[in-house]
Amino acid sequence: MSARRIIAVLLENEAGALSRIIGLFAQRNYNIESLTVAPTEDETLSRLTLTTCGDESTIEQVTKQLNKLIEVVKVVDLTDGDHIERELMLVKVRAEGAQRPEIKRVADIFRGQIVDLTPDAYTVQLTGPSEKLDAFIRAIGRAAVLEVARSGVSGIGRGDAMMRL
Amino acid sequence: MAEMLSGADMLVRALQDEGVEYLFGYPGGAALHIYDAIFKQQKVEHILVRHEQAAAHMADGYARATGRPGVVLVTSGPGATNTITGIATAHMDSTPIVVISGQVPTDQLGTDAFQETDMVGVSRPVVKHSFLVRNAAEIPMAVKKAFYIAASGRPGPVVIDVPKDATDPNAKFEYAYPKDVAMRSYNPVAHGHSGQIRAAVKLLLAAKRPVIYSGGGVVQGDAAEALTAIARRLDYPVTNTLMGLGGFPGTDRRFLGMLGLHGTFEANLAMHHADVIFAVGARFDDRVTNNPAKFCPDAKFIHLDVDPASISKIIPADIPIVGAAAPALTGMLGRLETELERNPDAIDRDAIDAWWRRIDGWRRRFGLDHDQRARGDAPLLPQQVVQAVYRATRGEAYVTADVGQHQMFAAQYYLFDEPRRWINSGGLGTMGFGLPAAMGAQFAFPDAQVVCVTGEGSFMMNMQELSTCMQYALPIKIINLNNQALGMVKQWQDMQYGGRHSHSTYKDALPDFVALAASFGHAGFRVDTLPELEAVVAEIFSDKYKDRLVFLDAWIDPDEHVYPMAIKGGAMNEMVLTRNGGPAPPP
Ligand SMILES: Cc1ncc(C[n+]2csc(CCOP(=O)(O)OP(=O)(O)O)c2C)c(N)n1
Ligand SMILES: [Mg+2]
Repeated sequence: MSARRIIAVLLENEAGALSRIIGLFAQRNYNIESLTVAPTEDETLSRLTLTTCGDESTIEQVTKQLNKLIEVVKVVDLTDGDHIERELMLVKVRAEGAQRPEIKRVADIFRGQIVDLTPDAYTVQLTGPSEKLDAFIRAIGRAAVLEVARSGVSGIGRGDAMMRL
Repeated sequence: MAEMLSGADMLVRALQDEGVEYLFGYPGGAALHIYDAIFKQQKVEHILVRHEQAAAHMADGYARATGRPGVVLVTSGPGATNTITGIATAHMDSTPIVVISGQVPTDQLGTDAFQETDMVGVSRPVVKHSFLVRNAAEIPMAVKKAFYIAASGRPGPVVIDVPKDATDPNAKFEYAYPKDVAMRSYNPVAHGHSGQIRAAVKLLLAAKRPVIYSGGGVVQGDAAEALTAIARRLDYPVTNTLMGLGGFPGTDRRFLGMLGLHGTFEANLAMHHADVIFAVGARFDDRVTNNPAKFCPDAKFIHLDVDPASISKIIPADIPIVGAAAPALTGMLGRLETELERNPDAIDRDAIDAWWRRIDGWRRRFGLDHDQRARGDAPLLPQQVVQAVYRATRGEAYVTADVGQHQMFAAQYYLFDEPRRWINSGGLGTMGFGLPAAMGAQFAFPDAQVVCVTGEGSFMMNMQELSTCMQYALPIKIINLNNQALGMVKQWQDMQYGGRHSHSTYKDALPDFVALAASFGHAGFRVDTLPELEAVVAEIFSDKYKDRLVFLDAWIDPDEHVYPMAIKGGAMNEMVLTRNGGPAPPP
């Protein structure tokens, strides 16, 4: 059975390390739905969060193959346990005349913030699980959406579970 | 005070400190500082090849014969890209090679400079790891890590890409070769988990129809001795993959021969009917399993491998053991002795005897020679040539092969009693591998008998190396099983495409191989009948030609096929056994 998975990877913060991860997914025909990466508090390490989907054995192969990459220090499938996932979205929405208060109201309901505006449009900033961002777009209506920039999912385990060296 | 060396000198010194004997290479602009550093020293011998692909195969052949990494040096751009097939070949068969490529100077990187290729990028999918040296001071550590990574864990090729400015002879740095290396992100496992080993031994002892299926990991992991001890202690049958030949003595009565696509009847049938299969250093390649859904329906699997990603990749393992083959097998042997001491009747001998009777029945009925009977004055058969070579070399030669029918005949008819003697491109199936790989083995063991079994198609893919053989006086014996065709392709066309030989023959366009060999200063012979064969082969391997390369052009039956051949999409017991014979009769 194919399921969505969130995989966190700690890797050496070195040139070329990221291309190996992306290359691995392309080469082995695994899919990547989203990917985020940035250095951690220890600047020799980067942390990457990947969302992918596949059946049990494919995901097992994905984590094993990731672990084989020389620059990968640690791999955790966050979906194996309780975890928090967040995504950031910046979305430009058409907002003219009478629509303006309505859009503001929807953004408030989703705990979004208006971070920029023009006479015809708002730019709304939203964070949350990916489904929440999808729901916002549905609520506003696709026709009103002018441009979307999403960060991809970032995730962390809940409670005392810690991913470190 | 620390020694001050240029980047180029550091690179060569690091190779010396790593104990490198040979550097297989070819010069060019981006590598010239390095070549000048080579000129000034004697410790590392540089071998000038004629094509960079061959350099990579030579390093690979050296590595397979010795277990130590083979080393390649090439220039940027075309020099580097020419090594890719060789790197991919080493990658598929997990052999340790280190490829050092020159690169354009750092300030020209990314500008489409003359002979610039993103070598790290181009090679990325076919290396175990790669380094782009950013400045000269990184060179000693990059070399240290490259050799460590190439040879440890599941071995593989490593590329070091060195921009020309990092080898500038005028910029000097303190040199010290690192004593050891520790990497937080790379810690290959050694010993297998003791609980898993216990469970595996228990299952093995309880087996009624066991088979040990061992692959290249046993050869590469120097575990042949431990594996042989276990198999003999249990008196269980052993089959080897194409990569695993020599991992268990080919002349031992427990040896069933190779399994898989062109495996023996008895090996494939034993696998199909087994109740416990112990896979060691093998990866359930599609050329072994055929259709995984129909693979060995009654078996429980114990799978020992150094690479966790190989376990349960194709066939789910009942008892997975992650570990290096030699220490894990030694651990198993110890455990086995303990168990047998405690309970000498742990093995169901009656069941094992009955299993052997079945296996021996298959063996008698369908031994490999089945298709060679009653041919009267038929043309020379490739199998007969391999058998003659086997006898003349007493089974002790290093034998390399190219890719095609001749490769399968060599694998089937030359019995290897020792590991590392059989050298072929199993995973990538690279035509053109045989001759340069033989050269690598001959450089490693100058006094050993090295034989290259090739086909005329494969040979022509790297025949320029006859010139290198002349330069370094390599006494390799080349056995060309000349069927005047891309025989393996032709066989598939016979069997699956109604005999339409689309672009698989070139009968009237072949060179005179004897004259060709002679033009490079080598000895050439031709043979095309069975009565002449023994004498010619004896002469080639006589003292008279001890110091010379000899090329034997053996004109064989162009219509011969390799059998057995697994039926596409079938189970392991479904094979074609003869040209006219259909699938194997039910056992
Ligand atoms: C570089 C490369 N190209 C193509 C193939 C596909 N191929 C496999 S076997 C074969 C024919 C080999 O001919 P030859 O070397 O004469 O050996 P034979 O089968 O005739 O013994 C070919 C073309 C390959 N394995 N490698
Ligand atoms: Mg041929």
